[in-house]
Formats: sequence, C-alpha cells, structure tokens
Amino acid sequence: MPIDISLKGIRQGILVTVGDAESWSEACQALLDHLDKQGNFLQGARIALNLGNYVLKAVDMGQLRDALSERELYLWAVVSNSPTTEKTAQTLGLETRLERPKKELYGASKDLALQGVEEAVMIYKTVRSGFKLQHPGHVVVVGDVNPGAEIIAGGNIIIWGKLQGLVHAGAQGDESAIVCALDLRPMQLRIAEQVAITPQRKWKPQPEMAKLVDGKVIAEAWNPKKKKAEG
Amino acid sequence: MPAKVITITSGKGGVGKTTATANLGAALALQGKKVVCVDGDIGLRNLDVVLGLENRIVYDLVDIVEGRCRLRQAMIRDKRLPELYLIPSAQTRDKSAVSPSDMVRLCEELRPELDFILIDSPAGIERGFRNAIAPADQILVVTNPEVSAVRDADRIIGIIEAEEKGPPRLIINRIKPNMVKRGDMLSADDVIELLAIELIGLIPEDEEVITSTNRGTPIAMDNKSRSGQAFRNIAQRLNGHQIPFLSLDQDTSLFGRLGRIIRQGGN
Repeated sequence: MPIDISLKGIRQGILVTVGDAESWSEACQALLDHLDKQGNFLQGARIALNLGNYVLKAVDMGQLRDALSERELYLWAVVSNSPTTEKTAQTLGLETRLERPKKELYGASKDLALQGVEEAVMIYKTVRSGFKLQHPGHVVVVGDVNPGAEIIAGGNIIIWGKLQGLVHAGAQGDESAIVCALDLRPMQLRIAEQVAITPQRKWKPQPEMAKLVDGKVIAEAWNPKKKKAEG
Repeated sequence: MPAKVITITSGKGGVGKTTATANLGAALALQGKKVVCVDGDIGLRNLDVVLGLENRIVYDLVDIVEGRCRLRQAMIRDKRLPELYLIPSAQTRDKSAVSPSDMVRLCEELRPELDFILIDSPAGIERGFRNAIAPADQILVVTNPEVSAVRDADRIIGIIEAEEKGPPRLIINRIKPNMVKRGDMLSADDVIELLAIELIGLIPEDEEVITSTNRGTPIAMDNKSRSGQAFRNIAQRLNGHQIPFLSLDQDTSLFGRLGRIIRQGGN
C-alpha cells in the first residue's frame, strides 16, 4: 500500500504530512524517497513535519533529522498527536507548534519600534466610506472608521474611535497581529487568513482587542487590571 | 457683495437634492435675496419641473457654455418671487458637455449681480458631481435617515474633504419622527454621529412636498407647511442667523396641534 506523503507550502516553510503506514521505518523510507523525487526543488527549505499518530523515540527522530540535513533540508518543527513524539521533538530542540510563541513576538515588535517611525502611520481624521488605506506596517487612526472604509495593514490596527468599516491586520500573514478599537464593530475583521464578522449584539460600547486564538478571531474587552495581574 | 456659491449634493439619488435646491432658492428669494438656481444634472434635468418653469425654457446651461446665447438669456425669472432665477440644464446632452472650469467661469460671471448661486448636483461621484462642486464656496450634503443614503453621503463627504472644499454641512431629509420613536428609523443624532459634520437642516417627511413638486410650487412658499418652515429655517441659517431646529415631536392630539398653530401665529 502506498504511503500518503503530502507537501504544503506554509509561511514558515514547507509542511510535510506523513500518512499512516505499518511501521515508522516504512513511513520514514517513503518520506525520504518522496523528498528525493523532488530533486533540488526543496533544497534549503525549512521543514515542518506532521507525523500524525506515529510514536517516535529520540533515536528515530535524530536519524530522521540527520537524513533530512543530508538532503539540505532543515527540520524545525514536528507536529504530532502523540505526546511521546512531541516530547521527543522538544528534547531535540524542535518546535511542536507552527505558531511562534508569544515571547518571541514581544521581542520582534520591540525591534520594530526601534527601527524607525515609518513602521506605523497615524491618521487624525474620520476614515470615510470609499477610502482604502494599505500600509505594510501598523496603522493608528485617531477618529472613527466608517462603514465602507477599508484599512489593510501588514501589522496591527489601532482605532481610537468607533470601528465600523473593514479592517485586515497582518495582511501579509502575521497571525500575531491585533486589532483594537474603542468600539469594535467592524463590517468585517480579518487577521492573517482568518475572516470574522461582528455578531449581532447589543451592549455598551467598550474598548476591545481582537486577536487570533487557535486560528479563530477572538474579541476581548480591554481590561488593564486583568493584564496587570497576569503580568 | 459678490454671491456665495452653494452646491447641493448627496451621492445617492432620490434623497431630495432637487427639492432642496428649489425650496432653498425660493426661501432665500422670499427673504429678499437675489438667487439663481443652476441645474447641474445635464441630461436628466428636473429642477425646472420642480420650480414650475419647464415651459419657459429657451436656452440652457450648455448653450451658455458653448456660446450660443448670453448668460442673461438663459436665466429664467420666476414671476411669483421678486428675484429668483433658474438656469436649466440641457436635456439632449450629457455631463461631458460641461467641464469643471466651465462651471467656475459661469459662476464668476454670475457672482457680481447676485447674492446666492445654488447648484443642484446630479447623483453619483462622476463628472456631473465634479462639475457641480468645482465652483462651490459651501457644499450642502442631503441625506435621508437610511443606511444606504448615509453610506453614500459619507463617501461624498470624504471626496469633498479631499478636494479641500471646506467642511460641508448636512441636511437630513424625510425624517419620520414616529418611526424614529419606535426605533425603526435612524435618528438625526445617529446620522450626525456617523457623518461628523455640522447639521444645517432637519426636514420632516411631508406628503405635501410631493403635491407641491407636481404642481411646480416649492413648499417653502407655503407658510403653513412644517417642511416649508424647515427649508425657510435653512435659508436663514445660510444667511448667518442662528435659528433653533424644529422640534420633530409630532403631537397629533387636538391640543398639541392647537398649540402649534398658536406658536406659529406668534412667530
């Protein structure tokens, strides 16, 4: 029975999913054969492996990593349903999640702030219907964003006012991007590849922050006290 | 004093631009001002119909621009009022017959002789709209308390701001106080909050407007009409007077109506 190996381009590199087989050694061989068939095409790629239900010990995974690096492939993450495999990956210093952890992000955004002021644009007026703003960095609006207006940012979007238009934060795929507004009820809110709409609701306008949690857009009331307690 | 050019626009069609232009023209003329209404909607003219001057058209805006007549020849005087004129648009041409600079030149020529030049803009955001706002000193945006009309008004205001024409002022037309009270219609406050521009007039829904339009007599000439009163108030505000906004609470009880009649009589 042929073993199903699929390659998929993701933002951080290539995600390789290994289908079910009788044993790991068989699957491993199939995987390496499949990669060899691609020739030079994948050379230098960052590989994330989805190993499904396979249980791998450190020896197996180490061998696999060596085999990959012989082919000039860099294994950086292993996703698995098996806790053992996950633990093994962690021991070898591999990531077990495709999203980057929050800590790293903090550092990254700090660096951005130091790089220069042009990373963010400030808009001091009502953004009206028909206005479309695209900016690779962050966008800050001091004023309302009316329905029919569009703001598309590579980074975060902060609205010091009422947000009723369409916003897309992390438009280049940054899943850590956030959208904040004093009154958050956008026509459509997108973060990276996720799209959300405002649910029909009736409550007092309050500052909220939207972000991606487990691939879903979640809006939470802004509560500075709670933040402090956590920190 | 040279005339002030005021353009009435809306984005969406059918919200009452032409009605507002005709009535503001009539109301300003009633207050003794020299006013000309210019129909900027070339190809779909109807300001002449609303003013009841359709049968007197000889020359039109395009004739002036293309030099077939003198300015004075195309100005139709409304005989019911001392100094109200109309420059009709052409019905057989389209918007491209006139350019924004033509409109600016026309208004410069008119300015010395008049107090107000009102331009009725066509719906949309294309050439006709650009023509209409090019010479404007002040722009009035008409909207209805409906989501679609407000959306278009918002777009128009954005364009006007980008053209640096100064902040436009807002007329909210066809408000139904009873529906607002029930929460079935956007209130004036909702509209103002979204558009964030200064309000200059609130006009209640009034069936009389339709009959007066069909008759060709602007409702502003009817002293008893509430919507006519609303238009006259806008005219006062354009003249720089501070006039409180009409209370839209329509009290339909006998005493409420009596009270209103007495108040109106006192004014």
